[in-house]
Amino acid sequence: MAAIIGRKLGMTQVFAEDGARVTLTVIEAGPCPVTQVKTPETDGYSAVQLGFGQTKPKQLNRPELGHLKKSGAPPLKHLHEFAPGEVGEGLELGDIVTVSHFMSGEMVRVTGVSKGKGYQGTIKRHNFKRGPKSHGSHNIRQPGSIGAAAYPARVFKGIRMSGHMGARQVTQRGLQVVGADPERNLLLVKGSVPGGKNGIVIVRPA
Amino acid sequence: MSVIELLEAAQIRDDVPVFKPGDTVKVHFRVIEGQRQRIQVFEGTVIKRQGSTSRETFTVRKQSFGVGVERTFPVHSPKIERIERVMEGDVRRAKLYYLRGKVGKKARIREKQRSHTG
Repeated sequence: MAAIIGRKLGMTQVFAEDGARVTLTVIEAGPCPVTQVKTPETDGYSAVQLGFGQTKPKQLNRPELGHLKKSGAPPLKHLHEFAPGEVGEGLELGDIVTVSHFMSGEMVRVTGVSKGKGYQGTIKRHNFKRGPKSHGSHNIRQPGSIGAAAYPARVFKGIRMSGHMGARQVTQRGLQVVGADPERNLLLVKGSVPGGKNGIVIVRPA
Repeated sequence: MSVIELLEAAQIRDDVPVFKPGDTVKVHFRVIEGQRQRIQVFEGTVIKRQGSTSRETFTVRKQSFGVGVERTFPVHSPKIERIERVMEGDVRRAKLYYLRGKVGKKARIREKQRSHTG
């Protein structure tokens, strides 16, 4: 049981022992210092905050630097809170979570911000069907009816239409850890992970 | 080198012989049948090489009982026992898809003539 913050480096493939090719995502994960431990007495709930991505002190403002100073952590760009059950027991302020906490074969879920697709129509965004292309058709990629007429005389909320697609938080569940390299802080996960290269991802137990 | 290039470099086999599209090769491929393991030979013409580093693959085409059969192998697959180059072909392009439309004498590839003076 471990959780970590990382950066997606890209995808590649490796050969398994039986010669099969395994597609995997390479994540540069950790080292993540524990920057805050929240307890019900002081904060009303329990949580563990981890940090990732060392940066220059001038990139952060004074409240941010002051917060990190309490745990003795270096200036960090990304902070994320985890439930105590996700990160494992007994983490103290100043502890460091690394990829060595992950085991090969372990199942994880990975959260990231998906690639932005811009303004898209209903076919790409909601998997609508298109109209006929020929026989004088004028509704090839039109969305079709969005409701009735005089009654209810309005469009219901939540009707699927065209609009901005992607660039939202997505969690991919049930991914298998293929390997971890504590020396280079690498986590290898079977399959694909939301977001583009250099995107920040959060790895939690599935 | 980037981390991904390093990971791919670690997968590369150093015993892969030199071969290119147009060559005739014998691919000795390990087949696992239940508990038993045997080696199957697939002999034919290389019609393409595709991809780079550890992800590179090649496609071999042959005629089997009058039917054209193509099989694509990863160049660096551990399942390949060895690759044997039977003949070096003389071709002018990198992808020999034109062979798919030809059978018999028209699907032949000339052998590359090497000058012995050089």
